[in-house]
Amino acid sequence: MYKILLSWRYLKSRYIALASIVSVTLGVATLIVVNSVMAGFSDEMHKRLHGILSDIVIRSHDLNGLPDPQWHMDEITRIAGNDIEAMTAAIQIPAMINFRDNIQGQWITQPITLIGIDQSTYAQVSDFSEYLLHPENRKQLDFLLKEKNYGLGKKDRFPLSGWVRRRASSEWERDAVDAQIGADQIDAADIPDSPFPLVDDSGVEGQGVTVDGLEDRGISDVPFQGAAEPQIVFDPATEQHTGIVLGISICSVRGRDADGEVMDYFFALPGDDVKVTFPNTGQPPKALSDSFTIVDFYESEMSEYDSSFAFVPLSRIQDLRGMVDVESGTKSVSTIQLKLKEGADLNAVRDKLQARFPIQQFGYQIQTWRDMQGPLLAAVQLETTILNILLFLIIAVAGFGILATFFMIVVEKTRDVGILKSLGAPSGGVMSIFLGYGLSLGTVGSGVGLILGLMFVDNINTIAGWIERVTGQEVFDPTVYYFNQIPVIVSPLTCVWVVLGAIGIAVVASILPARKAAKLHPVEALRYE
Amino acid sequence: MSSAFELTYPNVPPEKPDHSQETLHPRLLKSPVVLKATGVTKSYRKGKVEIPVLNGVDIEVVEGEFQAIVGASGSGKSTLLHLLATLDRPDAGEIYFEDNRIDNLSAGSRDILRNRYIGMIFQFYHLLPELTALENVLMPVMINHGVVSYMLRRRKFRKRAKELLDLVGLSHRLKHRPRELSGGEMQRVAIARSLMASPRLLLADEPTGNLDRAAGEEIMEIIRELNAAYDVTMVMVTHDPSIAAQADRTVRLAEGRVESVSIQS
Repeated sequence: MYKILLSWRYLKSRYIALASIVSVTLGVATLIVVNSVMAGFSDEMHKRLHGILSDIVIRSHDLNGLPDPQWHMDEITRIAGNDIEAMTAAIQIPAMINFRDNIQGQWITQPITLIGIDQSTYAQVSDFSEYLLHPENRKQLDFLLKEKNYGLGKKDRFPLSGWVRRRASSEWERDAVDAQIGADQIDAADIPDSPFPLVDDSGVEGQGVTVDGLEDRGISDVPFQGAAEPQIVFDPATEQHTGIVLGISICSVRGRDADGEVMDYFFALPGDDVKVTFPNTGQPPKALSDSFTIVDFYESEMSEYDSSFAFVPLSRIQDLRGMVDVESGTKSVSTIQLKLKEGADLNAVRDKLQARFPIQQFGYQIQTWRDMQGPLLAAVQLETTILNILLFLIIAVAGFGILATFFMIVVEKTRDVGILKSLGAPSGGVMSIFLGYGLSLGTVGSGVGLILGLMFVDNINTIAGWIERVTGQEVFDPTVYYFNQIPVIVSPLTCVWVVLGAIGIAVVASILPARKAAKLHPVEALRYE
Repeated sequence: MSSAFELTYPNVPPEKPDHSQETLHPRLLKSPVVLKATGVTKSYRKGKVEIPVLNGVDIEVVEGEFQAIVGASGSGKSTLLHLLATLDRPDAGEIYFEDNRIDNLSAGSRDILRNRYIGMIFQFYHLLPELTALENVLMPVMINHGVVSYMLRRRKFRKRAKELLDLVGLSHRLKHRPRELSGGEMQRVAIARSLMASPRLLLADEPTGNLDRAAGEEIMEIIRELNAAYDVTMVMVTHDPSIAAQADRTVRLAEGRVESVSIQS
């Protein structure tokens, strides 16, 4: 009983000891914040990566792909059918994209990864459709240009896109040609202003009127006198090329506007045409080129993918490249992607498939999404581990602070120890007073740290904004990171471990002083002044 | 007041009084021996030099007796008291408490002895500064009992502690910390504490040595009353001849030996 009473009274009457555990408090708070942010970050990465990549990918090493996909899919169903929820075939080839920059009017060429997808099944194996910007495409992608309403979730910040833009832009171009033909000398003032401002503002209705006027004129007015093939008339105001879904960063850059708000600036938008150049299946491959119309953007917020992925219909790619197996007449694909049922063992299914399609015989690369992003995930994990070790060292340093403070307190309390011993308190009891003192200091310190840490985590974005205002430094720059907000996940288990660890260190640090107190000779201790 | 102080003494058959007791106060003549030390020696080392403090001391304390140990500074009287209280071990000689040898007991047994059978009062009061007067008095039973055991009997203990503080005239200072009390009040708290466990023997080390005359006399009055009215056996170290004059028996130490024993009758 006296142990608890005295530990408690010492705790209440020694504020200097509380100061010695401020470092425990800070260490615990920092550990919890860091772990929550790292967990949030890595969880967000996992989600994103997993959303982009399907569970298991069977990839042909050869660009010409694996022949007879239906036979492969039947085999896969036969082997692991119970675990498979969805399956799709796709083609993934390197390509070049070429389009006109509508900010400066220059031509832009970029390398991309061209992916031919089966739009009816592709969305089932990953979160692909969630990353599209048009609401109808999210439901079901059909590679057809929509009238308007692009920029889901971005609302007024997304420029006018779709058929509205396509018609306006073709009219503008026609006017420009008219003006060139009609005038003896070109006057810059004759060329009308660009009808598509970067931001979809209140002028939308006005443009609509223009477009209506254009339709009134009819196609007969089209001044194609000088065209090489006048019999094939492709009217960009009413027709589109094959649809293409572009990664949003292929044709946009992220920057800040005059007010310091993060903005995307687009070089091309849904409704514009692009040219894509890709290799055919010949030996050696020759470059093929075809026109596509942007029908949507793909925004996964993983810059690696947003800046390279371009999706087109699978059959179009197969036809253009001539990916037809001469013998069987089947069309090849380059990857087969699987989505497994909830709770299925990823690695087990992968191993089964690897056993069925041994690499020596087929040359396929069969990987889970974790395998594909292993290095990135491992790097995040390593960072978390190292940060944890470093921060625990901070708490260990705090432990030495407690050790020193406790030695001082034991010296100060020498007489009390003598009194207790003269009243018959055993050495073990005296020791446990100081151990209990350490325990309660550790508990208070890490408890306060826990609360501070959780409060910090809870308001981390507010705090980040506050620090930004005070220091003028961007804490979490959305133009650099993948996220607009700092993601956090508080793991109760981690909190428990951190708190237990901190309390443990406080108790361990109090062992030596407590032993010193227990070993004091009562007569010497009573004589101590 | 009388209900407050119930010392529970065992039924020890009275020893046959020996010749030295013949001159003791008649009420003590048939009392059993509570404490007995024979040939106790103790020396301290200071560096390489060994300083003898006690060179074969024999004393005897009977139940109900008020014995004073006097002597000059350095005569070893405090050391003797510490040995009697089992706070320290003698180098040679034997100490008996109610016929049980206690100088060679294990640390645990000596802790129990000090906690339940021997009460101590010090010159510098030795109260715990973080605790209130009441809590200080409760300390011996808190040490004796675990959390559960103490909490179960809490009311009883607190009642007794309050009665003891009332006995020493401090019932109005229960919640005060030692630093809020005067020297005399602190010593009265210490006396109440020494009585808490109903000990069979009180050892006092110059209880008035740090007090002014008036406070010292108040303390002595309480001690005398305890001894006279409640038969508390008391061994008191003092260098004040007027206090020694009130004792039943006075042992004078000089240079580590018993110089003389004077008996008051």
